[in-house]
Amino acid sequence: MTPLVSIAGLSVAFSGVPVLRGVDLAIGKGEALGLVGESGSGKSVTWLAALGLLPRHAKVSGSVRLDGREILGAPAAELDQVRGGRVAMIFQDPASALNPVLTIRRQLCEALSLHRDLQGNAVKAEARRLLDLVGIPDAGRRLEAYPHEFSGGQVQRIMIAMALAGNPDLLIADEPTTALDATIQAQILELLSTVRRELGMAMVLISHDLGVVAENCDRVAVMYAGRIVEQAPSNQLFADPVHPYAQGLIGALPPLDGPRRRLTAIPGTVPDPAKMPDGCAFAPRCTLASEPCSRAAPTLAPIADGRAVACIRAEASRRALLGIAAE
Amino acid sequence: MSPPLVEVSEISRSYSMRSGMFGRSTAVRAVDGVSLTIPKGETLGLVGESGSGKSTTGRIVLGLEPPDSGEVRFDGKPMAAPGTAAWRAQRARMQMIFQDPLGALDRRLPVAAQIREPLDIHGLGTPDAREERVRELLRAVELTPAHGARYPGALSGGQRQRIVLARALATKPDFLVCDEPVSALDVSIQAQVVNLLCDLQAQLSLTLLFISHDLRVVRQISNVVAVMYLGRIVEIGSADDLFARPEHPYTQALVSASPAPGRRSAGRIVLAGDPPNPAARPQGCAFHPRCPRAIARCAREVPALAAVGGNRQVACHLVTGAETRDAA
Repeated sequence: MTPLVSIAGLSVAFSGVPVLRGVDLAIGKGEALGLVGESGSGKSVTWLAALGLLPRHAKVSGSVRLDGREILGAPAAELDQVRGGRVAMIFQDPASALNPVLTIRRQLCEALSLHRDLQGNAVKAEARRLLDLVGIPDAGRRLEAYPHEFSGGQVQRIMIAMALAGNPDLLIADEPTTALDATIQAQILELLSTVRRELGMAMVLISHDLGVVAENCDRVAVMYAGRIVEQAPSNQLFADPVHPYAQGLIGALPPLDGPRRRLTAIPGTVPDPAKMPDGCAFAPRCTLASEPCSRAAPTLAPIADGRAVACIRAEASRRALLGIAAE
Repeated sequence: MSPPLVEVSEISRSYSMRSGMFGRSTAVRAVDGVSLTIPKGETLGLVGESGSGKSTTGRIVLGLEPPDSGEVRFDGKPMAAPGTAAWRAQRARMQMIFQDPLGALDRRLPVAAQIREPLDIHGLGTPDAREERVRELLRAVELTPAHGARYPGALSGGQRQRIVLARALATKPDFLVCDEPVSALDVSIQAQVVNLLCDLQAQLSLTLLFISHDLRVVRQISNVVAVMYLGRIVEIGSADDLFARPEHPYTQALVSASPAPGRRSAGRIVLAGDPPNPAARPQGCAFHPRCPRAIARCAREVPALAAVGGNRQVACHLVTGAETRDAA
């Protein structure tokens, strides 16, 4: 089966500084994929680049296929059908994504008339249905309200309603709950998973919160310094991370139950994209790094069913497993 | 248990807020009858959502603003009047760390000079001794003198928070109020700062008031945790026990809303409704409109914080109902 979206060798450079350095990723129909990593790891840039939303001075190369058709560098008219139509995106700060001087109805209807063949009253009826769907009480009356009349959680619900306006096959949720309180975060995550189930929509959940991703995604990709370093089904990743960075991230998370242990902090900081180390980008912070790590960057290679890791240690053990002598 | 360093009794604080440009001003009770005790060398964690009054409580405890009623005692003595010499001496013994280290630092001054500033202000040591103390503080937060020569803009987020911590420790305080100190940091850096804070606390026998919305971080660092909702403490107890067996329905929802790797969303308690608005405080128990187990009594009477065994206290009719009825 061809994946819904497949990204291959996607690279982005801002004024000569590479920030995304060859990302390969595939999302199946209806699948929930989590993308985790620290700030600057390229989680958001991957999707902004894939949808042609980066400023012109960004140099993008590689390939992004939607249902087998190349969309990277596609003409604007074609991209307009994709963005908001086939692929929708919601962001961390919902309040700044809405126009404060227009009613919710105007903004929802705008999205609807762009992406759906609806006229007159049908548009308004559909807007109302969407507000109902995302759990805004008294949807009919609330359509006439302005963004400031809603709470933060409700504004994020409205953003989800707008994203659903085009009946997308894929929803990119970029830190959708980071700005929200814990109990409201739980509401929004619940809403996203219900909507996804009902509409059979695929979702990419971008988050720095491992817990949020673990609970809501089938598969997780861990990014570091512009590359994917590990990819695995989410239960396997959290039970048995292979890449030292993924291990570090999970060890750095304080437990909520059981005995307290000292957190395993990853020493140092993320490398400056302009001064990327030779070889593996994580090597300077890696407690397991050895001399060959600084020679060549490891490639993302499969280690088991549905699992892939970019680390020479994993590569070596796989070679041993397959009986191939290491050079 | 060691004697208390900080005793907070029944503090309340209201602000007046105007709704709209011409609206009538209404009083917003940010903190409503909060009592806390922090023993020397221990950490009290304060959790709650935005608008729960946790930061205001921290500011009052530190004397940054006066309570409308109630009292804060530091080391057995009431807080001195702001601006007096006694107040200044007391303030040197208590410091604060905020969430945004870049906002707390002067971008146009090398960070070593900023660590030195409190020493100059409080007139501690000779100039040479101050230089030595700055180097010592940089070492304590695991940075080098080379970092000290830089400007805040040339440091990473985690390094900046270390500088803020070093500056807070300059006057050798006994008490630190940390308001969301690691919330803006990435997970791996957050772990570095949390470990550092734990180490420094043990070395310097610091007393901490640790304010955060992140239950995991709070549990990691605290001995006792208090949960706030709309200006009141709804539950307080020892950190491990509280998160393992939350009694108050709100604490239960908070714990259940904190996602854990390896646990799928089955059984998550999702609260209905929006976060509470401090300006429109519900009658009775402030949590009752969102509470999945509320009964008629919850809408009428404000539940009092009552002991329920161990060192746990809960403010909920459903949990403490039986005892209060016996007492009546």
